[in-house]
Amino acid sequence: MSGPARGGGSGDDLAGSAVAAAVAEAHRREWGFVLAATARVAGDLDLAEECVQDAYAKALTAWAESGVPRRPAAWLTTVARNRALDALRRDVALRRRLPLLLAEPPEPEPDIPDERLRLIFTCCHPALALEAQVALTLRLVCGLTTAEVARAFLVSEATMAARITRAKKKIAAAGIPYRVPDSEDLPARIDAVLTVVDLVFTTGHTAPAGTDLVRTDLVERARDLARMLSFLLPNDAGVAGLLAFVLLTDARRAARVDVDGRLVLLADQDRSLWDREAIQEGRRLVREALRRRPPTRHALMAAIAAVHAEVPSWEATDWAEIIGLYDVLLRHWPSPVAALNRAAALGFAYGPESGLRALDALALEPCLAGYAYLAAARADALRRLGRTEEARAAYQEALLFTDNDVERDFLAAELAELPEPPGRQ
Amino acid sequence: MSKYLVLIYEDEASYAAMDPAGFAAVAEAHRAFMADNKDAVLAGEALQPTATATSVRKGVVTDGAFAETKEALGGYYLVEAPDLDAALAIGKQVPAGFGGVEVRPLMVWDES
Repeated sequence: MSGPARGGGSGDDLAGSAVAAAVAEAHRREWGFVLAATARVAGDLDLAEECVQDAYAKALTAWAESGVPRRPAAWLTTVARNRALDALRRDVALRRRLPLLLAEPPEPEPDIPDERLRLIFTCCHPALALEAQVALTLRLVCGLTTAEVARAFLVSEATMAARITRAKKKIAAAGIPYRVPDSEDLPARIDAVLTVVDLVFTTGHTAPAGTDLVRTDLVERARDLARMLSFLLPNDAGVAGLLAFVLLTDARRAARVDVDGRLVLLADQDRSLWDREAIQEGRRLVREALRRRPPTRHALMAAIAAVHAEVPSWEATDWAEIIGLYDVLLRHWPSPVAALNRAAALGFAYGPESGLRALDALALEPCLAGYAYLAAARADALRRLGRTEEARAAYQEALLFTDNDVERDFLAAELAELPEPPGRQ
Repeated sequence: MSKYLVLIYEDEASYAAMDPAGFAAVAEAHRAFMADNKDAVLAGEALQPTATATSVRKGVVTDGAFAETKEALGGYYLVEAPDLDAALAIGKQVPAGFGGVEVRPLMVWDES
């Protein structure tokens, strides 16, 4: 890096890398804030993105010369907004076509308002396909590159670029507004946002395919998003429940694979590896979220995770409490996956016979056809009951539907450990 | 302000089986919708059933609608709204008990 480092670092390279780190940090933490505030002035997401990218590029040289500003987000926003205003002044035609709703384009003010909720609600608008909502949120709110979003969802960069372009075109052409929905629509719209963050988290927590059990990048983005939402919507029980769910579930991350990268079931996890700080915060949030009636789905899922987090060992698990929470979850938010989890819990509470009965009752559920966890749970129950040949078939079925290498290796090992059928020894 | 076409798709069989009192109730519901949204509704018409439709493809004339679907286009409203949320709020009020509506923005031609 050339140019004098006025901060007086011990060499240009060192100062340069410190600045690069500061810019990277600001990218990670402030992208959504800067883009949201810039979009309001630019009136167009593409123009806003261009200006924000440019502001981050400028920061690399400007911060090397005059030091990292005290409030990097404000610096970046001012630079990006000014550039957007310049572009609009130069291009009258562009100004006339402004697709984002702007009653009166605000002039940059010294105290930049937090516009991230507008951006989030636009990205998670129900008029966009769910996969487009997810892609836009990661791209625009989290600042991931198109290549990174493509990698996260195992599609080609060209496919993802097309998906993002199509979604942006729809926002502009259909007039999807850049604002926080009316109070009447707000609960449903918040729920749509929660669904997007949940999908990012779930995809990262157990990657649908690939060599890693966990996609750390996605899990951490989901946690950032949940945190951002709880900051922006502090009184929403659904948001508190989501953050609690993410924290309590992800708290087990370090214990979910062993040193050789092999899957470790909840029953066998070394609980000293669980993130106590995250668990404490999650439990506090659960209590807060459960005070609301009816309880939200993530609050209940978080409460179930909290029951596991509260005891020192698998043997001490309070299954009655867990089954009771699944009953409440199924009453308010019925879903085949929740029913499957409840059935598995029944097996742990009352023995594999009860579990198998509950699992078999779900066999005709169309949503669970081809769902590996149903076959895997049946395989486990059948193995415990000594019904080896049926267990073998169930493990093979589960393997058929599993694309994650870590999960495949686990299932294959369980299958290999089944006793040989009689007559073949 | 933007213009949106609200296309009404409904099951024609349900209308075919309807008695005059039922028809009167639907017509009244549409009148009430237009009165409630008179500032936004620029135009609106109901269509005869698809049995009366004639399609023309590359000059060849055939009997019937362009595409056979259970829920067929039966009418439309042209509305003006500040954004999609406002257009959807209007679309939700359109009486379409035997189906639903599709809300499509009109193409804006750039004059420059």
